[in-house]
Amino acid sequence: MVPEAEFRSYYGRPVIKAPIWHEPHMPTYLYLGGLSGVSSMMAVVAGFTGHHRLARTTRVAAALGAAAGAGLLAAELGRPERFLNMLRVFKPTSPMSVGSWILAAQGGLSAVAASSELTGSLPVVGDAAVLATGVTGPLTATYTAVLVADTAVPAWHEAYRELPFLFAGSALASAGALGMLATPRAEAGPARAVAVLGAAMETVSGVVMERRLGQAAEPYRQGRAGRLMRSARALTAGGGLLAAVAGRSRTVTALSGLALTAGALCTRFGILAAGRASAADPKYTVVPQRQRLDGERPA
Amino acid sequence: MTERMGFFTDTSVCIGCKACEVACKEWNQLPDDGFVFEATSYDNTGQLGASTWRHVAFIEQTRTVRMKEDEGDSGVDRWLMSSDVCKHCTHAACLDVCPTGALFRTEFGTVVVQEDICNGCGYCVPACPFGVIDRREGDGRAWKCTMCYDRQRGGLEPACAKACPTDSIQFGPLDELRERAEDRLERLHADGRSEARLYGESPDDGVGGAGAFFLLLDEPEVYGLPPDPVVTTRDLPSMWRWAGAAALSVAGAVAVAFAGGFAGFRDGGRR
Ligand code: SF4
Ligand code: SF4
Repeated sequence: MVPEAEFRSYYGRPVIKAPIWHEPHMPTYLYLGGLSGVSSMMAVVAGFTGHHRLARTTRVAAALGAAAGAGLLAAELGRPERFLNMLRVFKPTSPMSVGSWILAAQGGLSAVAASSELTGSLPVVGDAAVLATGVTGPLTATYTAVLVADTAVPAWHEAYRELPFLFAGSALASAGALGMLATPRAEAGPARAVAVLGAAMETVSGVVMERRLGQAAEPYRQGRAGRLMRSARALTAGGGLLAAVAGRSRTVTALSGLALTAGALCTRFGILAAGRASAADPKYTVVPQRQRLDGERPA
Repeated sequence: MTERMGFFTDTSVCIGCKACEVACKEWNQLPDDGFVFEATSYDNTGQLGASTWRHVAFIEQTRTVRMKEDEGDSGVDRWLMSSDVCKHCTHAACLDVCPTGALFRTEFGTVVVQEDICNGCGYCVPACPFGVIDRREGDGRAWKCTMCYDRQRGGLEPACAKACPTDSIQFGPLDELRERAEDRLERLHADGRSEARLYGESPDDGVGGAGAFFLLLDEPEVYGLPPDPVVTTRDLPSMWRWAGAAALSVAGAVAVAFAGGFAGFRDGGRR
């Protein structure tokens, strides 16, 4: 247990502003971006290894995930009609700018790949597009960790090392789960393996993150965020174990896929809730900064 | 760029009249914040926000001081007042993270939102280490102090500085203000007010120095200011490296999964 730190504040008011991003938009986008990105990566490898049914499912999932995610992002804006201002500039200092370009590429390429797959037209173009999503996919699944970490929100910024792996794990689990739910079970083996690896990565990076963060981990353990993160861990670990033994059982596959999907969603909602909680309590902002100053290691 | 302009807010002469808050609202035609009674001394404004670009903080303190040699200790109330504002950081997180280019650095070295470009993505809001900028409900865009960009272009000083009756808010070239602040600090220290300190004046701090800096009479957090703010983008290269590693591990995990490295998963698919 971290001892309760003494600190001073202005009437207990927050020092920083909490993220104003909405539920369900923002966390659902995080989920869909992860789903789309890893589905693309799976489509690339499925194509090479001759898993045709899985290639089809993942191409479609990648395109739908990216499109729905972009829709949520637009709805999230204070001025949705100015959505295209996101592509007005390319700013390397802004993960949201970089991310908008990544998502635009991912959305376009995955849409081409999926339509070619479904209509059977222009197979070469479709294959080239899917190959390109081998780059944009993994970036779509992980840039969002930089997006949230690049803020003054203590629970996010302090976790910038682990969050990308937590997001990557969650994305693998999401896409693996959808792949095993939407593909004939006999051909869904690799999707189950992706799900298992993702569940493991998400669980391990979550544990490591909370260990390393110290006081900044509290928001992930308390209140609503704590409940969400605990549910996420149970669902993800359980779903991962089920995926490992599901084989061709219909019931176990369904249970596992649903548990993993619910777990991934809980993770994303939990991350937002924890970020908000850590911004709302001045303790998380003031105490580490004060310790830095008193230790004479100012920034 | 012309000379970098700034604010030096000397809280030791602030009388809490809120003329700055009113002048700012008037000049910039900001909507009201609603009528709220906060029960926090004379502060019913609360915090800086989309429609509050100057905020006067009131802190009532009881401290024990020795009044005269022959008398004992006696409790004396001290009232701290300070007019807070956007710091117009040298390394401004809000500006760095803005994806649309709506936030920009002006010829006066200040940080301003272009209202015709902002799409209300909200990224600048949690990025600011001081909790300054916010999105205005109903309007949907982000707003904050412009250091009266329009007035400066017209050769006028910002409305708050103009209205301040005690010159607690001083406006001018930043270099000049920094010198003036050093002089003032020395003077206060010579008068025995050792608690006086400057905040945000150093170009070596985590935001590269503030364009709007302060003379405070207690620790910054007492005024609701972060004691050691850091621009979040300082760690951005490192963040991308970790994300890059995670992206590679996604590719690696998928490849391993398909390679059938797991005996139990090798059940089919190949036609
Ligand atoms: S104080 Fe906040 S809003 Fe003002 S320039 Fe710095 S980061 Fe931007
Ligand atoms: S809300 Fe407006 S000013 Fe703030 S980061 Fe987004 S586009 Fe830029």
